[in-house]
Amino acid sequence: MATDKLVVTHAPHIRDRDSVPGIMGGVLIALVPALIAATIVFGWYSLVLVAVCAAAAVVTEWVWMALRQKEAKAIVQDYSAALTGVLLAFTLPPTTPIWMAILGSVVAITIGKQIFGGLGFNIFNPALVGRAFLTASFPMAMTDWVLDGTSTATPLGGAAATNLELFLGTIGGSLGETSALALLLGGAYLLYKRLIDWRLPLGYLGAVVVLALLVGEDPIFHLLAGGLMLGAFYMLTDPVTSPLSRKGRWIYAVVAGIIVFMVRVWGDAPGGVLYSILIMNMAVPLLDRFLPDRIFGEVKAK
Amino acid sequence: MEVKAFLGGLHVPHYKSFSEKQPIKVASLPEEIIIPLSQHIGAPCQPLVKVGDRVKAGEKIGEAESFVCAPVHASLSGTVKAIEKRPIHSGQMVECIVIEVDEQQESVGYANNDVEKMSKEEIIQAVKEAGIVGMGGAAFPTVVKIQPPPDKPIDALILNGCECEPYLTCDHRIMLEKTDELLKGVKLLQKVLDVEKAFICIEDNKPDAINALKEKNDDPNIVIMKTPTKYPQGAEKQLIKATLGREVPPGGLPFDVGALVQNVGTAVAVYEAVKYNKPLIERVVTVTGQNIDQPGNLLVKIGTPLEHLLAECGGIKEGPAKVIMGGPMTGVAQSDLSVPVVKGITGITVLPPAMAYGEPEYTDCVRCCKCVESCPMLLYPNLISIYGEVGLYEKAEKWNTMDCIECGICAYVCPSERPIVKFVQQAKPKIQKLQASRKNA
Repeated sequence: MATDKLVVTHAPHIRDRDSVPGIMGGVLIALVPALIAATIVFGWYSLVLVAVCAAAAVVTEWVWMALRQKEAKAIVQDYSAALTGVLLAFTLPPTTPIWMAILGSVVAITIGKQIFGGLGFNIFNPALVGRAFLTASFPMAMTDWVLDGTSTATPLGGAAATNLELFLGTIGGSLGETSALALLLGGAYLLYKRLIDWRLPLGYLGAVVVLALLVGEDPIFHLLAGGLMLGAFYMLTDPVTSPLSRKGRWIYAVVAGIIVFMVRVWGDAPGGVLYSILIMNMAVPLLDRFLPDRIFGEVKAK
Repeated sequence: MEVKAFLGGLHVPHYKSFSEKQPIKVASLPEEIIIPLSQHIGAPCQPLVKVGDRVKAGEKIGEAESFVCAPVHASLSGTVKAIEKRPIHSGQMVECIVIEVDEQQESVGYANNDVEKMSKEEIIQAVKEAGIVGMGGAAFPTVVKIQPPPDKPIDALILNGCECEPYLTCDHRIMLEKTDELLKGVKLLQKVLDVEKAFICIEDNKPDAINALKEKNDDPNIVIMKTPTKYPQGAEKQLIKATLGREVPPGGLPFDVGALVQNVGTAVAVYEAVKYNKPLIERVVTVTGQNIDQPGNLLVKIGTPLEHLLAECGGIKEGPAKVIMGGPMTGVAQSDLSVPVVKGITGITVLPPAMAYGEPEYTDCVRCCKCVESCPMLLYPNLISIYGEVGLYEKAEKWNTMDCIECGICAYVCPSERPIVKFVQQAKPKIQKLQASRKNA
């Protein structure tokens, strides 16, 4: 009897196959349709920008891991840095210079993530931190919207576009944000794979639709324009920077939706999604602390 | 009857096919049996015999005065070889009575009572003398459980035949092969507790057991309930929720909501104790897993060493293996195969090398909340594991660590492979200490 070697560990002794690289990889797969759409609409340079951002993010992550004397290999392999890079690229204008994209990625990983202790501890969505940094530093380059070789405005900036154009994404705008169709395909995949909580996109998009109806604007336009779809399915849903409880998630998503709409109507139109998510990221620790869901056997509050 | 599902929980692989079709087989006698003086929750027993004494099968050899206690009996006849500390499956060293087993077996001889005529007090006395404990794994003395405080009336008796733990099939076989004894045991428990309604709950992956009980049962007050197959359906609080729709409050016990849960095997033991004055000296144990040659369900004498049972089932196929007392979700991995089978052992699961991984290398929590979605107690295992890991026990307490039932789902689903149950088990005694010091202050 083979009793010489017995493996002793803590229970449970079986586990499912989910892994962090699996989750991050799943989100990357869900971004493929939007990448294809970006390449069709804006050309091959889109692919270059995405690759550059992803590579810069992974290298930055690796350097930080080495500096912090962590097992760099295992952590870089979790695809989270690559995902941050890709998401950042998706928010950039398709004409962004390479050096600027690299700078954004370095800031996203450094200030957005590693400063706080790396994956799991960051407060803000790292890709949006990178984007916010670039917006503040290079406002001209970050609003340089080019379509078919000519400068143009975005629909949120006043350019004329039909809802069909908005849906397909054949309009001026950020690299990966324009095609609602592609983003919805990816979003459906994320929901199907249960990689994101349906409450978040529903609360976020729902709040925008309701507010648009209330003030008499076209809700379809607001859903399809700008970075709302990308934000709803890929940014707001980042597990690290969203609340733990169901209650907290509803509030987080709905308030973020309200902020987007307020910024669009009364403020700097293109920045709504960016600011709504970063602001609500700040509220997450509070929501976690004060709005936990009831535990088993706890009397429901009356 | 339909049941409501509890929130959370998960479908885990069943792995029941190895042993579910194997009828209960009487295990061969070992050369030596080891009877721990503490096989239950509560005060340990004091030995009633000394080294060199001859004992008969069924003879009481350990007892304690304490209320929460269960006496222990010699499961086979033989000579007391030693009374000393031996390792048991939990890893602790426990005072044990070691008996060299005779070739010719001699028993104390059993009665044949007319259970219909027995009073409540007589039934309680018989259960107490037999040393019965909860046989689903918790090993809480049954005599204490069937005497709930008078200010907590009980209106529902629940018999737990869910057997939600993967691999294990002993309760399944008991329900199939000891159907009559089970139903008679339920009636005895109803009588003692003055409870009209009894529910026998079985997961719907055991349709043969459900049918067998439905066929034999003629009492309209005993309801055979089909529950969804979802882990941990057999956890006490989740089962009460599914059966009665009631939630045991945090820190509370089932009788706080008028319920009492007993394992089906315990009910059979109660019947045998009352009918024949037969002490709890044997039980059905599932020996199973991909790495065992002939998996099966064995009727085993309490005190039989683990290695004897493994050899009886053809031995472990290949190493390095993992030998688990119990099932893979909540069982304890063993390093020493000389430990005895005790009253609360439901099965032995032997995993093959491919499944016998060591402690996984874990990474930081990414707050994916898979554990939160699956937690049957609706806790935040992710936060508890973070606070437990860094030693912030007051925070861990605030996030309801003490309500954790340690079912293992959180660690099962965790994509960062965090040993969440381990952190909980490390935190619990520290929190108890905190609570005690607060009380004293």
